[in-house]
Amino acid sequence: MEMTGAEITIRCLQEEGVEFLFGYPGGAVLHIYDALFQQDKVKHILVRHEQAAVHAADGYARSSDKVGVALVTSGPGLTNAVTGIATAYMDSIPMVVISGQVPTYAIGEDAFQEVDAVGITRPCVKHNFLVKDVKDIASTIKKAFYLAKSGRPGPVLVDIPKDVSAHKTEFVYPATVNIRSYHPQGRGDSQQIRQAAQLLLEAKRPMIYAGGGVVLSGAAAQLTDLVRLLGFPCTNTLMGLGGYPANDKQYVGMLGMHGTYEANMSMQHCDVLVAIGARFDDRVIGNVEHFAQVPRKIIHIDIDPSSIAKRVKVDVPIVGDLKLVLDELLSVLRSSRQKPDAGEMSAWWSQIEEWRGIGGGLHYRNSTEIIKPQFVIETLHKLTGGDAFVTSDVGQHQMWAAQYYKFNHPRRWINSGGLGTMGFGLPAAMGVQLKHPGETVACVTGEGSIQMNIQELSTCKQYHLPIKVLSLNNGYLGMVRQWQEFFHGNRFSESYMDALPDFVKVAEAYGHIGIRIDKPCDVEPAIIEALSRKNDLVFMDFRTDPTENVFPMVPGGKGLSEVVLSEDL
Amino acid sequence: MRHIISLLMENEAGALSRVAGLFSARGYNIESLTVAPTEDASLSRMTIVTSGSDAIIEQITKQLNKLVDVVSVMDLSEGEHIERELMLVKLRAEGDARDELKRMTDIFRGRILDVTDHTYTIELTGSRVKLDSFIDAIGRDLILETVRTGASGIGRGNRILSL
Repeated sequence: MEMTGAEITIRCLQEEGVEFLFGYPGGAVLHIYDALFQQDKVKHILVRHEQAAVHAADGYARSSDKVGVALVTSGPGLTNAVTGIATAYMDSIPMVVISGQVPTYAIGEDAFQEVDAVGITRPCVKHNFLVKDVKDIASTIKKAFYLAKSGRPGPVLVDIPKDVSAHKTEFVYPATVNIRSYHPQGRGDSQQIRQAAQLLLEAKRPMIYAGGGVVLSGAAAQLTDLVRLLGFPCTNTLMGLGGYPANDKQYVGMLGMHGTYEANMSMQHCDVLVAIGARFDDRVIGNVEHFAQVPRKIIHIDIDPSSIAKRVKVDVPIVGDLKLVLDELLSVLRSSRQKPDAGEMSAWWSQIEEWRGIGGGLHYRNSTEIIKPQFVIETLHKLTGGDAFVTSDVGQHQMWAAQYYKFNHPRRWINSGGLGTMGFGLPAAMGVQLKHPGETVACVTGEGSIQMNIQELSTCKQYHLPIKVLSLNNGYLGMVRQWQEFFHGNRFSESYMDALPDFVKVAEAYGHIGIRIDKPCDVEPAIIEALSRKNDLVFMDFRTDPTENVFPMVPGGKGLSEVVLSEDL
Repeated sequence: MRHIISLLMENEAGALSRVAGLFSARGYNIESLTVAPTEDASLSRMTIVTSGSDAIIEQITKQLNKLVDVVSVMDLSEGEHIERELMLVKLRAEGDARDELKRMTDIFRGRILDVTDHTYTIELTGSRVKLDSFIDAIGRDLILETVRTGASGIGRGNRILSL
């Protein structure tokens, strides 16, 4: 039977098992919205801004192992979506974005709401397509889903001109995909894996450094097995939190710019380093030359060859799917008669414990007068038993959430690590809550970030999403203020947020519950109250200490051991 | 160091801009870039002349391989290869200079494609160095216009870039 391009598009989404389509209608996608109206398998979530549609699809994908899907119209619909697409690209999130385009005959004529979608998104997608013939829609969408989730995942854009969505053809959904130029690696090279195993067994000061790749490839169990089998210390990156349980004694905390002293010192002084699904980025190892001052052997396991040897030299590169590589590495290690040297291990752990003592782990000075932001996160962690899904925006609150909420499971910590997108938290929480109804979803944000997508409170009302918003309101763009204090002589240029709205009234205006919390003693009761309201979105406006800074801190461009531990030093 | 990277990619709209965009986005040099379909019209062959440290060249080849449309990549300068470039050059050819320019063209194994009272248009093929030498030998005063294709390259013997 012949179907329109629009009907085919929706049928393809059904075939892919898409539950939710996050979107916003407009002229170029009217046919697709019409087809959507006439079915009930794919549920459309109407956001209030296209950026939020993409972030919501992103949150949905990060909290599950599925592809997030968004639908936007041409022109401004697409340009609004770009921030969301770039966010997903930087963090390798599987996503398919379908955009409407002006009719093929109008392309290039500067038609109303025309923009070169494929051109604008090219640097921030894994791949993109402009579909010029209705006969190509089904095969293109099939390819888009395959590309989005295979290999190193990422967003894929499918741009469909309006006339193509109106034309008719037979619908055939391809059973398989074959792209002759695309062959993501599965298993790693066995020779390299054996070499890695040997290096690990001979290590005196080993370190396991695991990133977001562990979460994406579903290799958290393998990572845990590896760390425990060897008895080595393990650190997670911001993107990898939950990839290894934070409450485990072999966990040394997050590393990087705001990582623990022990994690950064172990990273700097180890003699054998295994990087697993991580990419040695500037926020993780800081200054590359400083990092290279200590000689160490590096084993780097990653699905993307271009991540290997990009910033640091690698001794044993292993390209492959982490899950398969770690399975093979584990079996090589288990069958080896050799074990890591117990004496060396014990000496190394003593050293790490000493660093732990110097850094004191993570600490802050609590107050009975003014709310410390760290205290809010600690309380949230305590009251949710560490089992909540936590989304965040970007800034100080993000770092405190990463430091003080101890994630024991993957896919619970949802944040924009690579692009650092303010306005990510609330829409991402919508995607998470839709995927996990009945679970606690907390959005940790600040008064700056939340206003970048605050209109989504309306979407939350429409779909009854009982998200708990914890806004750490210090009246400043806190991270900007912190850098201005440290590096710009206390000249707080445009980082003070004047004329803030009454957030309680804002929440109420959108039909939600708002609570303002000014005193430390009210923090716990407020969160208890919020959590008890299973069916309501509760917006908590915590008035926090405006002078609090995030520590430890490795200043930009410095080395991992050049850390500032606290205000007192 | 100068490298000649050769690649095969899907002959599709936008494929060239993916490569060019990659180079500009990541700050890699492009000295020249040539592209045309192969005997299989579904594939394009591209030759890119670039320069950079070994680490940068490694990243360039990895990033090129990562592009979904790219079928295969080869750094020709890693082994034996042949490199050719075509140049069309229009010279001011008047009076006594006409004989001299004709002789010089013969020495460089060029061909005169077009003659007017005042000009010669010459076709010259060879390595970049040879084309540069010709320009130096003629002298810039006589050159009215040059058009160069940029290098195309192919591996020697059994070095074959294919599907």
